[in-house]
Amino acid sequence: MTDLNELTLAQARDGLARGDFTSVELTAACIAAVEAARPLNAFITETPEKALAMAKASDERRASGTVGLMEGLPLGIKDLFCTEGVLTTAASHILDGFHPPYESSVTTRLWSEGAVMLGKLNMDEFAMGSSNETSYYGNVVNPWVPEGDNRRYVPGGSSGGSAAAVAARAVLAATGTDTGGSIRQPAAFAGIVGAKPTYGRCSRFGIVAFASSLDQAGPMTRDVRDAAIMLRAMAGFDPKDSTSVDMAVPDFETALDGDVRGLKIGVPAEYRVDGMPAEIERLWHQGEAWLKDAGAEIVPISLPHTKYALPTYYIVAPAEASSNLARYDGMRYGLRVPGKDLVETYEGTRAAGFGAEVQRRIMIGTYVLSAGYYDAYYLKAQKVRTLILRDFQQAFQGVDAILTPTAPSAAFAFGEKSGDPVAMYLNDVFTVPASLAGLPGMSVPAGLSATGMPMGLQVLAPAFDEMTMFRVGAALERAAGFDARPAKWWVS
Amino acid sequence: MSLDRDTVRRVAKLARISVNEDRLDDLGHDLNRILGFVEHLDEVDVSGVQPMTSVASQTLRWREDRVTDGGYPEKVTGNAPAADHDFFAVPRVVE
Amino acid sequence: MNLIEGATGPWEIVIGLEVHAQVSSNAKLFSGAATAFGAEPNSQVSFVDAGMPGMLPVINAWCVEQAVRTGMGLNAEINLRSVFDRKNYFYPDLPQGYQISQYKQPVVGRGSVTIELSDGTVKVIGVERLHLEQDAGKSLHDQHPSMSYVDLNRSGVALMEIVSDPDMRSAEEASAYVEKLRQIVLYLGTCDAVMAEGSMRADVNVSVRRPGEGFGTRCEIKNVNSMRFIRQAIEYEARRQIAIIEDGGKIDQETRLFDPNKGETRSMRSKEEAHDYRYFPDPDLLPLELDPAWVEGIRASLPELPDAKKARFVAEYGLSDYDARTLVSDRASADYYEAVAKGRDAKLACNWVTTDLFGHLNKDGKTIGDSPVSAAQLGQLIDRIVDRTISGRLAKEVFELMWETGRDPDAIIEEKGLKQVTDTGAIAAVVDRVIAENPDKVAEVQGGKEKLLGWFTGQVMKLSGGKANPQAVNDILRAKILGG
Ligand SMILES: [Mg+2]
Ligand SMILES: [Zn+2]
Repeated sequence: MTDLNELTLAQARDGLARGDFTSVELTAACIAAVEAARPLNAFITETPEKALAMAKASDERRASGTVGLMEGLPLGIKDLFCTEGVLTTAASHILDGFHPPYESSVTTRLWSEGAVMLGKLNMDEFAMGSSNETSYYGNVVNPWVPEGDNRRYVPGGSSGGSAAAVAARAVLAATGTDTGGSIRQPAAFAGIVGAKPTYGRCSRFGIVAFASSLDQAGPMTRDVRDAAIMLRAMAGFDPKDSTSVDMAVPDFETALDGDVRGLKIGVPAEYRVDGMPAEIERLWHQGEAWLKDAGAEIVPISLPHTKYALPTYYIVAPAEASSNLARYDGMRYGLRVPGKDLVETYEGTRAAGFGAEVQRRIMIGTYVLSAGYYDAYYLKAQKVRTLILRDFQQAFQGVDAILTPTAPSAAFAFGEKSGDPVAMYLNDVFTVPASLAGLPGMSVPAGLSATGMPMGLQVLAPAFDEMTMFRVGAALERAAGFDARPAKWWVS
Repeated sequence: MSLDRDTVRRVAKLARISVNEDRLDDLGHDLNRILGFVEHLDEVDVSGVQPMTSVASQTLRWREDRVTDGGYPEKVTGNAPAADHDFFAVPRVVE
Repeated sequence: MNLIEGATGPWEIVIGLEVHAQVSSNAKLFSGAATAFGAEPNSQVSFVDAGMPGMLPVINAWCVEQAVRTGMGLNAEINLRSVFDRKNYFYPDLPQGYQISQYKQPVVGRGSVTIELSDGTVKVIGVERLHLEQDAGKSLHDQHPSMSYVDLNRSGVALMEIVSDPDMRSAEEASAYVEKLRQIVLYLGTCDAVMAEGSMRADVNVSVRRPGEGFGTRCEIKNVNSMRFIRQAIEYEARRQIAIIEDGGKIDQETRLFDPNKGETRSMRSKEEAHDYRYFPDPDLLPLELDPAWVEGIRASLPELPDAKKARFVAEYGLSDYDARTLVSDRASADYYEAVAKGRDAKLACNWVTTDLFGHLNKDGKTIGDSPVSAAQLGQLIDRIVDRTISGRLAKEVFELMWETGRDPDAIIEEKGLKQVTDTGAIAAVVDRVIAENPDKVAEVQGGKEKLLGWFTGQVMKLSGGKANPQAVNDILRAKILGG
């Protein structure tokens, strides 16, 4: 038998159903893989005892005839999801010792569908970053390294721990969250699938907020089928989130026949950005060719406000974050750095508790909302956002889905971009527009760069049409036949 | 528009983050770099455009006026750096 | 004009009020925690109210409805679309680091409140807006030598902030305005308006100016929580500002606190730091949209409000302005009165309610809700006066007994044998006895001293134990002595 931790969710689901192995066996294999993968620093908290207890309970449920959508399947959970009684940090010093007395709605759904928790995954602090270099708990290392390169590479971010753990076969799948690309870009950097559903599909209740109007949870998996399985379990209406949408969740797996005949696939001219590496451009063309071969029609489209998406994002997201992160003040939970008085305690706690990038974004957000600047920055950005949404709505009148690269490059080495915040922000140039418009998007691994690093293609679909997103994603996956694996250099 | 030291100091104060004097310039530099980047929006004509309030085109859902929560002071204060008799204990507030 | 005399001439006070009225609701504005007053610390706090990571607000429909109802009570525009904003500032009793409030687009727009002053002057006070917002928690400073203790039970409780125009010119006008707001919300049942428990409190904006000049610089006195304090704070603050200006000084726009022990206002240093609340629409909530049909349904279900009721009492029952105002001052009194007056002499009913009933309530410190005498019982008592079962004077005695025992007047009259004697035979017998015993006085009356007839009446009433019908006594006496 192959190592159980190497299985996809679908394979493990079927093996468990056939009785080939138990959830306890599957979970034990993953726990061993998680331990072995420690050099990647993908986990902030490992919960092996809890995992085995959950697995045991799952096996018992199965024996009594109850089988959920994720029955017995071991997962990693991004440390942005509050998990009852289990340390939850958002990778920030300021949440030191925080054990939530409640569970996020998405993880509640996963557990009630039978899933097993292996632990809490590392990430960029408060999900602010594109390289997982801002975590208080240290960098996450990408399992992928170019051959002969002795540097270490970033896994992307902010869901870098999720991407690394899935790519390293330590967990079968992981939850991620995506505010401007934090599921899709690390998925591309780590050669896995990452899907961000339509804003409103997955409840935000119990997920540490970064930018409320953008944050969405989604699955990070080994293949498209797994993403479809897991999103179905994560999604659904939640009365505790006012922005959650009361709409039936389809069985996304039924979209995976890969039949794209007759579909119109838009290719936006504005995504051909200056300085885009030739291999990214080539991959994109390859994706067009694959879909055309599969019977889809490729349609050139225009999304005229694309270049304003990043500037808009870097006003809206920090503004919301500056307010969302005001609650971390050392009064009710987490870190407190006592000062001589209240104000000094606030200022000392927040200076010590937040890392440099989080502080920068809080300050930008504070500035753009402050008296005299609100109209020029925040209000203006929200108007441009309307224009960006309109671009997509118009485009989707003529096409069924949109194909773009996921990121403007493959993964880079540590420190390569961390000196300049704006250079780092450009990583999200292809993912941010759909975030601003609330649209579903997924990254599918599609090829390797010249140095052997994975690259992804992104599929965007109209709001609440994840079925089409999965259909096109499955066609790309089938055509790409991506089966490369990182060498397990971390296993000693 | 660019931030001078005073503005950086004022913003840090509003955000309740202490910033050492010797970090003001660096921080100002970073913030200016970001602001310079977002100022590309100046080119966009937004006359007559409504600001986006929500990507989900739906209306606010209301809940019933029923007591469904609370009654667990020990959970509320359980993570507090300092608590006493179910109160949060915080640095003295002067009024 | 309402002026106060300074050392250098007359001054006018300008007052605007921001009244915070707590919505009477079971649960909080954005969470399912309870709102009852006086609960154990942090026992009515959900994770939402405590600003825990990942917690989200969901709006309470009842609170929205009460804001709309109150807006209608203020004759105000109801905005079919309003927006919740975050008001950002740091304070230990503000767990989220922001208050969810409504800034640019409140649920209720312009309206007005009519006040009536003791001299009968009627004045209309403009209402700028009413918006919904969250209350903050409470900090206690006397529990520990170096720490403050925070209780979040109030955190997230729904408030209606009612902002007036700067239309008031005296402490009397300001307290009449607050009293009128109390009446309106109590009529509507949207707020229980118990100032001592903080369910209604006022931020008082005061400035002074020379008559005819533009507005002066104002100071805001925060969270004044009784009618008396509102008046004292205004008087003190106006005097303080006049003294500064007359001394050649300038008023600093600032937030001040009223100290009820000293009867003074003083600067709140902790709030002096530059305010920059960085309002922006709360991305956790969508705009609040009201269905016009739902709004009209509420309008149709509104009770009659004090102004309309008073006008009707004057027109329908012929009451004086003063009596009508007294009766409508709270809905229970007005309802009580109407139950008594129905099908009876409305003015007599008014006298009994405003004099006897209110007098007893006052004396015993009771409210109309716990009156031992029901409206039906008082009505029955009045019926017994009108049908001459008892005299007005005896009725007062019966009322005392009703007040003490809560029993029906008929039962008391019956038991105590207080029924008025109208049987002329029985009265004539008593009259005969009095005449027989006082021949000299009879002679005096017959000699022209008719005033003495009163003395005879008194004697007869006394001998009949007060039960004889005084008119019948008089008639018989006249016939027997004067032969008329
Ligand atoms: Mg106010
Ligand atoms: Zn207020």
